[in-house]
Amino acid sequence: MISLAFWIETTFRSVGGLAAVLLPAGPIVYIFLFKMMSFMQSRLGPTEAGPAGTLQLIAEVGKWIQKEDIFPEKADRLIFAAAPFVVLASSFLLVLVVPFGPDAWFVNLDTGIYFALAVSSVSVIGILMAGWASASKYSMLGGLRAAAQLIAYELPLVLAVMGVVIQAGTLNMQDIVLAQAEGEIFGWGGIGNPFIITQFLGFVIFMIAMQAELTQPPFDMPVAESELVTGYLTEYSGIRFLLFFIGEFATAGVFGMIASVLFLGGWWVPGLDPDSNLFNIIGPGVMFAKVMGVMFLVFWFRFTYPRFREDQLQKLAWKVLIPLALLNIVFTGILKVVF
Amino acid sequence: MTAISDAEKLRQLGEQATEARMNVEIETEGMTLNLGPQHPATHGTLRIIAKLDGEQVVVAEPVMGYMHRGYEKLAEVRTYPQVTTLVNRIDWVGSFANETPFILAAEKLMEIEAPPRAQYIRTVLHEMSRIANVMLGIGDMGVQIGAVTPIFFAFRDREYVLNQIEAVTGGRFHPNFDRIGGLKDDLPAGWIQNTQNAMDKVLEFCDQIETLMYGNEIFQARTRGIGIIPKDVGLSYGVSGVNIRGSGVDWDVRRDNMPQGLVYDQVDWKVWTHPDGDCYSRMWVRLQEVREGAKIVQQLLKQIPAGPVMAKVPRIIKVPAGEAFVETENPLGVMGYYIVSKGDLNPYRVKIRTASFSNISITPWLLKGVFVPDIIAILGSLYFILGDIDR
Repeated sequence: MISLAFWIETTFRSVGGLAAVLLPAGPIVYIFLFKMMSFMQSRLGPTEAGPAGTLQLIAEVGKWIQKEDIFPEKADRLIFAAAPFVVLASSFLLVLVVPFGPDAWFVNLDTGIYFALAVSSVSVIGILMAGWASASKYSMLGGLRAAAQLIAYELPLVLAVMGVVIQAGTLNMQDIVLAQAEGEIFGWGGIGNPFIITQFLGFVIFMIAMQAELTQPPFDMPVAESELVTGYLTEYSGIRFLLFFIGEFATAGVFGMIASVLFLGGWWVPGLDPDSNLFNIIGPGVMFAKVMGVMFLVFWFRFTYPRFREDQLQKLAWKVLIPLALLNIVFTGILKVVF
Repeated sequence: MTAISDAEKLRQLGEQATEARMNVEIETEGMTLNLGPQHPATHGTLRIIAKLDGEQVVVAEPVMGYMHRGYEKLAEVRTYPQVTTLVNRIDWVGSFANETPFILAAEKLMEIEAPPRAQYIRTVLHEMSRIANVMLGIGDMGVQIGAVTPIFFAFRDREYVLNQIEAVTGGRFHPNFDRIGGLKDDLPAGWIQNTQNAMDKVLEFCDQIETLMYGNEIFQARTRGIGIIPKDVGLSYGVSGVNIRGSGVDWDVRRDNMPQGLVYDQVDWKVWTHPDGDCYSRMWVRLQEVREGAKIVQQLLKQIPAGPVMAKVPRIIKVPAGEAFVETENPLGVMGYYIVSKGDLNPYRVKIRTASFSNISITPWLLKGVFVPDIIAILGSLYFILGDIDR
């Protein structure tokens, strides 16, 4: 343990929090949205801006910043202006409880995962605000669809996490990582116990619910561009659209972090002592690699599947995912008591 | 004709009932959603006014005419050879097929026949424009219901077909190649082998898209049982082509009413139908259509006879007085030209029967009671081209 003055430590943690949200968003957009999507669709993607188009994103950001920030005539100006910030704020709140190393955490809450799942719903308010304040029918439909969808998928998300919480015996994210590092599978602790192995069903449900929470296809009805133009984003332009865009992919990155903490062992890699100081340095890198792995799955589904219809989506949540998640909890509970 | 009036009556009754239910029971005001004329789902300028109850459509009315270019009237002041330039732009993704029925109608009036080689090449190009068109339609259906990948596959493999059309006609989209009495030019060297290879690519695309899209559970959930067109309703609205074959009507102009000047009777092919009549069956028949088209082209290329590509026609074409109607099976459905000639350089009157216009006329009937996402799936599966509606 290193000891620093309180204000230095706080500054480090705040800057780290900003970086943890914003830095992965760029690579995620470039690698998956630009390059992997192009590869899957047998085209090239950006090639001109920078080596292999790496600077394309900067060009796009510049384009959005210099565009006019248009307010619709009948819009509720204050709420319309505030909505993107509410959405972005939820991803900043979300990252607070994610640990990146034994000491590299922002806030070490005992109820970490509980906090994360609670604040992840804040974005619904932002989206509803955007849909309502735009004074557009497409936005309105999109906002309502988003609200219905995000609330419906909150439940399988929470229930899928329950299995992990039962197995780890704690709600603290740091302790969940340590539980995986020090765990054993039937007495063999060679690779610890990443919960993806024992909680595979939970992982699958979590991934599906996460896809829906991120409104990525096949669950992108709120922005369904062929039906609702772009849903709640229809009336946004310029920097406010950019904020929504960053919010979307930053939240994707943060959800990837939560998934890797819960199921893939977080900042820990097998074979190393989880208490060593080394992890404060390589931890963020390990996390980044694991996040990229999770994101690969998310975007793979995104580019392969068509979009569900609203009622089919609700049916999937209430009739398939929630019963499965409950079953998972029951089995985990029984096994926890037996072993 | 009772089918129409009964359906009409039912429609009106249903309309009144839903209005009454909406206003009295729920006491809410319906929302009117204006899809288009600028909307990503209509790939063109079709406008659909949908009255919604929540997300359910109460009444939907298509508004056409935003792209009307007056080709029927323009044709009256053009000479016969000039008209093909206009009609190329009707269905712009399967252009060559627009020329065929017009030229055949003019030939019928002049009582001349193109040489066999020209007839074969004409049929080949007609089928190739069908393949190019329908491939895009299949890819487009993916975009309509939220999968972006299929359309890129369609664009990629359609290029092989368009390259071959360009190699022989000089135009990718607007060939303007058909002439009264034959064709403008003969085939370039090596074209036949290259086209065979391109058709192999098309068949490969069909297999790929079948596993990527048609086998996908979400695609099936989104299209099966949605937008069902019963046989008699479809026929009474004049729905034609793939859309009516998707309802189980075994009717194909290429086989049943082949106009003189095309050689579909020389090859072995099959007319596919599907009994369900929903979005999935229409898209499924469309896929088989591409496969059959590729097979027809491959067979025809093997048996193209030698000889001239142009019959003897007078230098200045005057079509004798009379009337002629010729219809062909075009990519989007049955397309027909009704030409009235008074013996001048220009046609006296041209009436164009386009497939999309009739296909889209069923939408008010079909869209009643569906959800907003299904509007898009239904429109995508009906597959229309705006130029073909408004001409």
